[in-house]
Amino acid sequence: MWEYTDKVREYFLNPKNIGEVENPDAVGDVGSIVCGDALKLTLKVDKETDKITDAKFQTFGCASAIASSSALTELIKGKTLDEALKIGNQDIADFLGGLPKEKMHCSVMGKEALEAAIDNYRGIERPVEEEGKVVCKCFDVTEEKIRKVAMENHLTTVDEITDYTKAGGGCGECQADIEAILRDLWSLKTPEKPVKPKKLTNLQKIALIQDIIENEIRPGLQADGGDVDLIDIEGNKVVIAFRGMCSGCVKSGMTIEGIQAKLRELVSEDLIVETQ
Amino acid sequence: MKPVYLDNNATTAVAPEVFEAMRPYLTEFYGNPSSMHTFGGQIHRKIEDARGSVSGLLGAEPEEIIFTSCGTESDNTAILSAIESVPGKRHIITTRVEHPAVRSFCKHLGRKGYRITFLPVNHQGQLNLDDFIKALDEDTVLVTIMYANNEIGNIYPIEKIGAILRERQILFHTDAVQVMGKIPVDLKTLPVDMLSLSGHKLHAPKGIGALYVRKGTRFHPYLIGGHQEKGRRAGTENVASIIGLGKACTLATGNIDRESKQLSKLRDKLETSLLKICPDSRVNGDVTSRLPNTTNLSFEYVEGEAILLRLNEYGICASSGSACSSGSLEPSHVLRAMGVPFTAIHGSIRFSLSRYNTGEEIDKVIEIVPKIIKELRLLSPFSRDNTGKKIACTP
Ligand code: FES
Repeated sequence: MWEYTDKVREYFLNPKNIGEVENPDAVGDVGSIVCGDALKLTLKVDKETDKITDAKFQTFGCASAIASSSALTELIKGKTLDEALKIGNQDIADFLGGLPKEKMHCSVMGKEALEAAIDNYRGIERPVEEEGKVVCKCFDVTEEKIRKVAMENHLTTVDEITDYTKAGGGCGECQADIEAILRDLWSLKTPEKPVKPKKLTNLQKIALIQDIIENEIRPGLQADGGDVDLIDIEGNKVVIAFRGMCSGCVKSGMTIEGIQAKLRELVSEDLIVETQ
Repeated sequence: MKPVYLDNNATTAVAPEVFEAMRPYLTEFYGNPSSMHTFGGQIHRKIEDARGSVSGLLGAEPEEIIFTSCGTESDNTAILSAIESVPGKRHIITTRVEHPAVRSFCKHLGRKGYRITFLPVNHQGQLNLDDFIKALDEDTVLVTIMYANNEIGNIYPIEKIGAILRERQILFHTDAVQVMGKIPVDLKTLPVDMLSLSGHKLHAPKGIGALYVRKGTRFHPYLIGGHQEKGRRAGTENVASIIGLGKACTLATGNIDRESKQLSKLRDKLETSLLKICPDSRVNGDVTSRLPNTTNLSFEYVEGEAILLRLNEYGICASSGSACSSGSLEPSHVLRAMGVPFTAIHGSIRFSLSRYNTGEEIDKVIEIVPKIIKELRLLSPFSRDNTGKKIACTP
């Protein structure tokens, strides 16, 4: 069961501003019934002051989607369009005392509906999403949206993108693409891969190899009923012995080549792994 | 407020009789049944009595019952045992609507190089036996098909499937977790080699299950260690829960017909009333072959989690196949396999009854659900008919 705040509960059970305003000046329609949530936002805007005088919503979705939509209408009423545009999805979540992270996409939907409505008022044509730009087929999420939401919320992992946009949360096929977008987006800021220690003393090397075999290699083998022991290290030669190997271990790449590659990657390029 | 608990396919209340039967084994009789002293050793006999009660409910022999920790362990054990018993063969047949205990485990084996056939189902969630027969081949080591589905309640033709497999000498396992105590099972005539059950769906506590393994079926244990369960499942026995499961089976034995009549009467009343009052609602599943306690209904234009949380305010407990309530973003794999339209999956609600539900409770649900659907439809941008008029539940 989700951990919702009292405020979410209150706005879900007794939402404010339900329905459609009469003769709306602006309409924002986002989401779809297929994706599991959708929001229609209608606004009344004062032509003189550019202020939002009334806002109503209709939402198809879970408790947090309904609460987020209602919160949005409360947040924007009385604001000018430009002021309203400054409201981010995080503001919607904050207004509700926070949302479970897996539900952040509900607040993103609110923000999107607002932008759509204001574009509609200003007569800005929303670009029709080009086929090729859709990254996540399951939830119809474009690359543009992933980039935008990632930037606005400082998202760096695929899981976070899924929490905020749902992309990647269905069949999972698009996860590699999302990863690539994130890498590209944050390319300047990606933390450097931990550099291999330059020159290891022999003792340090032995300790490191032992550690890697113990913590990274053995658990995988043991899960398949196999095991490996470190027998000896002489210079660059690492001698190991497999125990109870099964076909599963071979499949999972835990062959002698696999172990050698791992040790070369993490310790030193010139290591040679041999069995006893 | 006492909850109106209509989520019995998720778990059930421990029967008071079961709790009483267990109590001494959580207090004074705490010995280890493997011990040499009488204090511990005497408990061994009680475990054997419980084994007899479980086998009694199934029409099995006591030595064909292995106690496990849960339905999932029983399922995993059965599948692993089968593939270890016939090491040369690498094809497993199952369905797209299995419980994760079977489905995810088969997927896992698929990644390990096994070939898995997930049989499709039709719109009612029924299997096509011709598909099944076509899927069988020389390499098939095991067929594992659930006895009844937890989400929609469909009962699968286990007897027919078993007969086909017996002829070809292919191992057959069935996950019978949802049927125990709801429909009669007689393994004397039912051609099944292994069968899983779970205590907590049958008014015994959580943390106890059993696996039936037909005499003569080759078996490889999953948990290896001590000699408990004749070496077929190591680990000190969960004595109190075993006693509890035994008691729960005794309570069910002989009462199934009466109880299932009572359940289906209440279930049918709930189902027909809600379908009648709420327009744009439907039943998911095979109404001709279904567990007596289960109904899965879809209400268009509204989302399941929202329905559940509003029901929760009235103390009504149910569950949903919608994405939001599953903890993942994907809606129910069962309803998707059936090709239920997304609009209906998102608004699906499962009510599952038990012997403890009353007519008054059902009346309360019949009163509250339409009210909630109506409120949520007023909130929804989709609920309009062709004329642009809002659809809501009549009254
Ligand atoms: S394509 Fe993105 S989750 Fe399926």
